[in-house]
Amino acid sequence: MKTYDLIVVGAGIVGAACADYASAEGLRVAIVEPGPVGGGATAAAMGHLVAMDDDPAELALSRYSLELWESLSNLPQAEFSRCGTLWVASNERELASIPAKRARLAAAGVETEAIDSDTLYRLEPALAPGLAGGMRVPGEAVVYPPAVARHLVDRAVERGARMYSRRVAHIEYGGVRLDDDTRLQGPALIATGCALAQLLPTLPLRARKGHLVITDRHPGLVHHQLLELGYADSAHGDADSSVAFNVQPRPTGQILIGSSREFGSSTPEVSLPMVRRMLARSFRFLPALRQLDALRIWTGFRPVSPDGRPYLGRVPHEHQLWVAAGHEGLGITTSLGSARLVVDQLLGRATAIDASPYDPARVVA
Amino acid sequence: MNEYYDVLVVGAGPAGLAAAQAATSHGARVGLIDAQATAGGQVWRHDVRHAAPSLARRSIGGALTHSRVDWLARTQVVAVETGSLFVEDPRRGSRLDYGALVLATGARELLLPFPGWTLPGVTGAGGLQALAKQGWPLAGRRVLIAGSGPLLLAAAATAKRHGATVLGIYEQAGADAVRRFAGSLWRWPAKAIQAALLRGQLAGVPYRCGSVVRRALGDSTLRTVELEGPHGIEQVPCDQLAIGYGLLPNVELAQLLGCELRWEGAHPQVSTDIWQQTNIDTVYAAGEVCGIGGRDSARVEGAIAGHAAAGARSAAMALQPRRRHARAFAEALRTRFALDARVYALATPDTLICRCEDVALSDMDGYTDTRSAKLATRCGMGACQGRICGAALAELGRFSGGGQRPPLFPARLSTLGDTDFFPLATIEE
Amino acid sequence: MNAISSIRLFVDDQPVDVPAGASVAAAIATLGISFRRSVSGQWRAPLCGMGVCFECRVRIDGIAQQRACMCPVHDGMRVSTHE
Repeated sequence: MKTYDLIVVGAGIVGAACADYASAEGLRVAIVEPGPVGGGATAAAMGHLVAMDDDPAELALSRYSLELWESLSNLPQAEFSRCGTLWVASNERELASIPAKRARLAAAGVETEAIDSDTLYRLEPALAPGLAGGMRVPGEAVVYPPAVARHLVDRAVERGARMYSRRVAHIEYGGVRLDDDTRLQGPALIATGCALAQLLPTLPLRARKGHLVITDRHPGLVHHQLLELGYADSAHGDADSSVAFNVQPRPTGQILIGSSREFGSSTPEVSLPMVRRMLARSFRFLPALRQLDALRIWTGFRPVSPDGRPYLGRVPHEHQLWVAAGHEGLGITTSLGSARLVVDQLLGRATAIDASPYDPARVVA
Repeated sequence: MNEYYDVLVVGAGPAGLAAAQAATSHGARVGLIDAQATAGGQVWRHDVRHAAPSLARRSIGGALTHSRVDWLARTQVVAVETGSLFVEDPRRGSRLDYGALVLATGARELLLPFPGWTLPGVTGAGGLQALAKQGWPLAGRRVLIAGSGPLLLAAAATAKRHGATVLGIYEQAGADAVRRFAGSLWRWPAKAIQAALLRGQLAGVPYRCGSVVRRALGDSTLRTVELEGPHGIEQVPCDQLAIGYGLLPNVELAQLLGCELRWEGAHPQVSTDIWQQTNIDTVYAAGEVCGIGGRDSARVEGAIAGHAAAGARSAAMALQPRRRHARAFAEALRTRFALDARVYALATPDTLICRCEDVALSDMDGYTDTRSAKLATRCGMGACQGRICGAALAELGRFSGGGQRPPLFPARLSTLGDTDFFPLATIEE
Repeated sequence: MNAISSIRLFVDDQPVDVPAGASVAAAIATLGISFRRSVSGQWRAPLCGMGVCFECRVRIDGIAQQRACMCPVHDGMRVSTHE
């Protein structure tokens, strides 16, 4: 039997960030991951580092995390590209929502610019005519998430963390048992994303499927991560399925096209009708996409809690059991802050931001 | 566009053409699609400067001019649903529904990495043939042919017919193996005649056994090839190197459909019964996609598949003896031309494996599974979708390929996003 | 040899005449122009000749990343390489 100060279950970007921070704080860490590092939702994600402002707690966690991401901005394999985010207003109503959005972001310390229609087309000439304007967030960036997860795990391992390429069979009192019957003793931190339901069924979590399409290299067609201002309606609505215009220039010159959200589909197969809806939406904003080639299409599952906030903290009524899961579509952005929030609580330290909105106790009677 | 065919044939090479013709002989309405602009597949590829052999002319003409055959050129399969293929041509995307589907997707070349293989001037052996027939200028160019198998003779003959100076054919198999193979040809008189003909056309062209291309050298284009033969290492200046290590089946569409595959060495091929029927009732497969067997077995299997797909099993039954005879030739070919260990050791740590994303062999060190290696290095994430590097890595015993997802080939976004592309019932917006 | 009609197209604004039915790849090679650079800047040219390897991608009639070996020429076609 091996004893650790922390057993991180899951090496997606959230688990990787937890293992990295805990090992940096001098903890003896075990990482349990049966698959490739960053091979789940992390590999499927767009890798857009973005402050979402529609929920104050989400904004606080995004903001905190974005600062932490700066420490990885020079890591070559992270492919950190500060392209900025450009939120696009389709009409006057969306344009009118921008001042309030800017005020919320400014209050959290996020710098933004209001963009009139002329400036919009100067910044992104490929956008369809007739758009009203937008808002630019110049400091935001995109990264390549699986490589970051791998880096964080490698860094933890260099500090002495031990990697177990096994599955957790059971959570047991004071530790976990692996599928080869190895028992690891110590506090466990469950960071398994959508697989949470198998280990901690008391914390409700649904899987929300998404599709992404990537094109061949077409450098210069778009310059910013482009989103429609209506994105939040798709992202946070509870519709069974929705699509939104969300397009990213990869540093390679490839264009990554999203996004779709779908409850009720649990298989990873590409749904052609969903792809069609998503692309049809993107053509309305970027007609030039129509003649480009799709190289690959893939799917992934976002872990969604009932209120859309992640579970970060101690699992109620359990001995030495912690959780960091349920980040929906913001797991890449908020991974670094999430790790600090959980590990600081585990160490009995004050957290940098208020941890109570993410307390798993909120859903457990 | 949205069409229904009783029998839809994918691939217009010898197998697909035979399938189309057989199916129409029972009154079926047939769709015949191919990604190339002209029918014939690779073996009967249209040559812009030379007339086609008479068998090719008859086979192509017989299928394409039939009133019940719709010939859809430059049409590539993008995705599948039960009973339908989604395809695109240069103008538009379409959905093609079928009663029965015949996969005659043929083969591509096995291209193995070696230092310098990315230089302009280095092509596949079949690749050079294909390019020559497209009008690629070879007159007066010094061409060296290397790799393995009878395809090298055909490539040399094509190059010579197009005016190239063929410096030599360098077969990696040893002289004994080649002699044994040649000796066994008497069982297949048509093949023996073909081989003799090729030798006639290649009078004066050196044929060297046990010879391997170690490196291709040049700055921005090929200048010199370094060979290792039974008598040591030599450097040969040349303009084109045509090098291929045989053929491997194009199973991607079959895989996407869920057809059962079996492995021949490192590479998958489609499993069928004697009717060329796969494990999916409505899907048949014929020719190279079922295992490399050459033109004759492709023709007979195509005909069997076409008859069976049209519901005429007695006509298909009559062809069984021909099928067995033709397949036996493939067996002989495979056992005689195993690849030499030297071929597997050619790539050095800095040799690029993935040519789309420029990933070197050593970049993949330390990864034990395909997915981790791919996520970390982008190997296989480029436009060829891993068709070149995936097959090479499988042959080298490094990684095996993964599953298939649409798009089957890079597809225009407008094809995937067209509103009239899918059955109306699935449109929710 | 058959009697062959010829097609005139433009590769990087240079005129070139090739036989009808020829591919864009053949036209580019006829001019002796290089095809493309790889993602790390190496020169590349067709490898497979049959639409599999994607090494021959060029811009054809305004559309980028098209396989030159799969595309027959037509009169007045405009091709541009290594952009």
